[in-house]
Amino acid sequence: MLAYIIRRVGQSALVLLIVGLVAFAMFRFVGDPIDNMLGQERTAEDIERLRSQLGLDQPFVVQYYKFLEGAVQGNFGVSYRQGRPVAEILLERAPATLELAMVSGVLAILFGIALGVFTAIRRDGVLANAIMSASLIGVSLPTFLIGILLIYLFSVELGWLPSFGRGETVDLGGWTTGFLTESGLKALILPSITLGLYQMTLIMRLVRSEMLEVLRQDYIRFARARGLRDRAVNFRHALKNTMVPVITVIGLQLGAIIAFAIITETVFQWPGVGLLFINAVQFVDIPVMAAYLMLISVMFVGINLLVDILYFFIDPRLRVDRSGGH
Amino acid sequence: MADPVLSIRDLSVEIPTRHGIVRPVDGVSYDIQAGEILGIVGESGAGKSMAGNAVIGLLNPPAHISKGEIWLNGQRIDHLKGDAMRRLRGKEIGMVFQDPLTSLNPLLRIGDQLTETMLTHLPISRAEAEKRAVAALEEVGIPGAAERVNSYPHEFSGGMRQRVVIALALCAEPSLVIADEPTTALDVSVQAQIIALLRRLCRDRGTAVMLITHDMGVIAEATDRVAVMYAGRLAELGPVRDVLTHPQHPYTHGLMASTPLASQGKRRLHQIPGAMPRLDAVPDGCAFNPRCPHATDKCRQAPVPRVSNGQAACWYPLVDEKVI
Ligand SMILES: Nc1ncnc2c1ncn2[C@@H]1O[C@H](COP(=O)(O)OP(=O)(O)OP(=O)(O)O)[C@@H](O)[C@H]1O
Ligand SMILES: [Mg+2]
Repeated sequence: MLAYIIRRVGQSALVLLIVGLVAFAMFRFVGDPIDNMLGQERTAEDIERLRSQLGLDQPFVVQYYKFLEGAVQGNFGVSYRQGRPVAEILLERAPATLELAMVSGVLAILFGIALGVFTAIRRDGVLANAIMSASLIGVSLPTFLIGILLIYLFSVELGWLPSFGRGETVDLGGWTTGFLTESGLKALILPSITLGLYQMTLIMRLVRSEMLEVLRQDYIRFARARGLRDRAVNFRHALKNTMVPVITVIGLQLGAIIAFAIITETVFQWPGVGLLFINAVQFVDIPVMAAYLMLISVMFVGINLLVDILYFFIDPRLRVDRSGGH
Repeated sequence: MADPVLSIRDLSVEIPTRHGIVRPVDGVSYDIQAGEILGIVGESGAGKSMAGNAVIGLLNPPAHISKGEIWLNGQRIDHLKGDAMRRLRGKEIGMVFQDPLTSLNPLLRIGDQLTETMLTHLPISRAEAEKRAVAALEEVGIPGAAERVNSYPHEFSGGMRQRVVIALALCAEPSLVIADEPTTALDVSVQAQIIALLRRLCRDRGTAVMLITHDMGVIAEATDRVAVMYAGRLAELGPVRDVLTHPQHPYTHGLMASTPLASQGKRRLHQIPGAMPRLDAVPDGCAFNPRCPHATDKCRQAPVPRVSNGQAACWYPLVDEKVI
């Protein structure tokens, strides 16, 4: 098991190195930050000074190495636009995105699994079929449209919930949380539904189809033939086997939630890293863009690694096959 | 004779399909006594499994019992629903499936699968159930049972897994066991062991066994009586010796002549001409008549006589026609 984990960590590091290269390549090939940073009245001297100050006059390899060295230490340089260290800006913005992603993820997983199991067990029921039909809407409507519809209904028409921002936040030693104030919690509702809906329907449909497949297996028939209660058959025997393939997808979807947060954050003007990224793109603020890219990929890779390790605890066959030699 | 453990009376199973209603089990009757092993033979699709599933209440809808009665230890069970039927499964009726590789839940330790089954049916403590789980594995001949309870199914070979399946089917001490081709998926070398094990355990406990199989060797060796099924109907029922060596029904005769028995040595095998009819095209009269060398007009029109012990469902039973 240890060997397996070490190998997976190695693979993850390789992936990050490649993403790092892509992120860094942006410095060279996307726009010219000097143009943006200095106004119309610039001298050649100004340009040279800024170039060397930002390290843009050094050879490619040296710049890449410096970039990696900095990235490992959490140092992504200085935002072209705000003139502050990128890491500082990201840290400031991260809690908003993480809280939003966490609430969306938990909603998506809880409701996704519960509804998936329900629609699988009550395969021919009226309610189950209605849920399945409704889920098609969730899969096919674009996120921004769902966000706008929710805003229209709950903010504009009913006036129950705020249409933008995080509400009041409380600062817990650098981590600003919206969980502790009423307005903060209210502000979370619409964005997290918007962000999580697609993932929820995806998880639900996947759980349903996997569960239906599992319910056809011989061991489920044998469990029934032994007179086990429905609850034990459905949840102890079927659901556990259903979760093996579902977990991978859930892991990937959690990464996707953070990545898709860009759209939701834009619609709701949510002050997270997604909105930061969109603003950075408008200004060709490459250090911020590069750092965002790295951050997202670290999360994807990290979640994937966690998922693989989780397999060991769920599926005993892997424990033997991979760690015990041949 | 004592009351039978299982008594099936004129049982029919129907499935509504797009081409009309088909009847995979059609008016079948037989009894199984305590400690008796009844073999069920017949071609693929004859309705053997369907009859077994009807008894344990696991017919897949839309298949359902359309006629007849099933009695278990003097209790009528064919109309039992939901939880009442579930309580009988595992407790009064055990079932062994064909493929031990897929019968066990791969994610649960076999000890847990055993204790779970016992705790569902028996008023015992968890500690007691765990003790009995080890004993159950010992009884089916799993070496090192005390440690093996903590193993997962994939850590066992096919033969060992079928022993575990048998332990699971018997752990709540049912009075009837339905074994649906319990050795078909196994290595030839362990088939005999599994049959011997099943036979020994059921003899010891006086369990009635419905043993569905294609293997005439198994029939000859393990069963007391044999029921021959054809197109959902019973063709013949009788003591194993009589049916194997003096079959009365021409179908049984063809079936025996077309199966190699160890005692016969090498010999050209006979083949019954034609194929079993599809369920939506069962001929009038005797279902076997298009393939039967002795068929007359009577066979094509009149319903065949009922099967009773020692009497085949045939107007012209073969007399003293030896297979060997
Ligand atoms: N859903 C269904 N619709 C129509 N016919 C069906 C359906 N399910 C099963 N059958 C038919 O029921 C018949 C009985 O099947 P059964 O499984 O009992 O046969 P069997 O004697 O056990 O055969 P085998 O030796 O292959 O296991 C078969 O002819 C099969 O085609
Ligand atoms: Mg069968």
